[in-house]
Amino acid sequence: MVKRPIYLDYQATTPCDPRVLEVMLPYFTEEFGNPHSRSHAYGWKAEEAVDYARKQVAAILSADPREVIFTSGATEANNLAIKGVAHFYKDKKNHIITCSTEHKCVLDSCRHLEQEGFKITYLPVKSNGIIDLDDLRGAITDQTVLVSIMAVNNEIGVIQPLAEIGKICRDAGVFFHTDAAQAVGKIPLDVNAMNIDLLSLSGHKLYGPKGVGALYVRRKPRVRLQALINGGGQERGMRSGTLSTPLCVGLGEACALAQTEMRAESARLKALSARFYEAIQGSLEEVYLNGDANQRIPGNLNISFTHVEGEGLMMGIKELALSSGSACTSASLEPSYVLRALGVEVEMAHTSLRIGFGRFTTEEDVDTAAEMIIKEVGRLRDMSPLWEMSRQGIDIKSIQWAEH
Amino acid sequence: MAYSQKVIDHYENPRNVGSLDAQDAAVGTGLVGAPACGDVMKLQIKVSDQGIIEDAKFKTFGCGSAIASSSLVTEWIKGKSLEEAAEIKNTTIAQHLSLPPVKIHCSMLAEDAIRAAIRDYKEKHPSA
Repeated sequence: MVKRPIYLDYQATTPCDPRVLEVMLPYFTEEFGNPHSRSHAYGWKAEEAVDYARKQVAAILSADPREVIFTSGATEANNLAIKGVAHFYKDKKNHIITCSTEHKCVLDSCRHLEQEGFKITYLPVKSNGIIDLDDLRGAITDQTVLVSIMAVNNEIGVIQPLAEIGKICRDAGVFFHTDAAQAVGKIPLDVNAMNIDLLSLSGHKLYGPKGVGALYVRRKPRVRLQALINGGGQERGMRSGTLSTPLCVGLGEACALAQTEMRAESARLKALSARFYEAIQGSLEEVYLNGDANQRIPGNLNISFTHVEGEGLMMGIKELALSSGSACTSASLEPSYVLRALGVEVEMAHTSLRIGFGRFTTEEDVDTAAEMIIKEVGRLRDMSPLWEMSRQGIDIKSIQWAEH
Repeated sequence: MAYSQKVIDHYENPRNVGSLDAQDAAVGTGLVGAPACGDVMKLQIKVSDQGIIEDAKFKTFGCGSAIASSSLVTEWIKGKSLEEAAEIKNTTIAQHLSLPPVKIHCSMLAEDAIRAAIRDYKEKHPSA
């Protein structure tokens, strides 16, 4: 078999941990019962497994198991939270606040509601990627029903001040939803201490299976939702459809493992990130970290390599699997909207790479990756007219470029 | 995205990377594209008294297809007259490199770069 690239794209997805797969397997075969069948042992066994998984998911959030709704993933959970709340309370309130760096599924759900007549405020972020709490306070009106701010950004890894946002929302009597797909298992979360009313999470971002996620929905004070999927009334009527026992079991086990190992794993990843960034900084000039340097998860680095186009760079480091902030492949030629929201100039956004470290990343992987990137950036800078001009002291911005 | 073998070859072994003295009367320089769009090409030609391109150099900021397009045209224009070089079309470049539709703009930029370099040379030699 051809040697596979080193995987450094842990924000895109994570491999299912073999320990997770192991507990899932029996539920595909022997324990195949429908967890909603109440009349026989097959159903009871499956229901028991789902209940246990629900406890495991609740535990990592310090929530009550009855507050956990299984979904197909974080996209569905985000849709359900935002549209569900908006539709349920539409006769009383019609305003939602979110922010410009949210995941597409949050932004697109909001756009959809906007077309239905809801008012949406998209808060800007500061240059470190974090919202200004005064902006949030200023945006809340007596018509605001929901604030949806992500816990951790998928591109730049910055952590929003959840407890502060939660307090502002609770004081104002507004529900607080957070998309925590990139946060669960990576940073400690406590829905009560942080006053979180709704929280979305995803299985495959925390070494669980793809195709499963969950929405935490607070019971006290009660948050009500209009379901997106109607049917047999499963999941307290908020999400009908037979649950996939193996997927729920996998999500539960993934949460349990992440919770047990979070502290040690965070320290390990922090050391790996620091090792990588120091190697890069030590060998390359004009390299910039996007997003707050401290308020970020340890497994993410988003770096701009001045005057080296990201897609071109990725082609030179084929042995590494990662993502670029440049979207040269898309017809629009628009680079990352997240980096743009931080005020990163378009030309700099084109030079960025997202580097994600995770549970199966080794020190050797990190050293190899740093070495390859340093070598390739050097080669491409020698080939870059912009690098040459900046070395000659020419201000790139002073040139009249013909944008195409 | 899968790149063609030719794009990979030019990306990994780019021909004629470098710079010529832009102040030299025999040199024409073309700088096209924009950093904000994610690609900038600098193409330089050195023209003999007989109007033949003796040397060509490039530097490109951009994706693999942009680098390959500029590398390829430096090979093609060497030894050609200015008139012949000006006839190189983006479609020929795109076809040669098997560029996918989203990368056609890279070949257009390479064509623009040739024309810009020729224009610069001609501005230095109004009588030519």
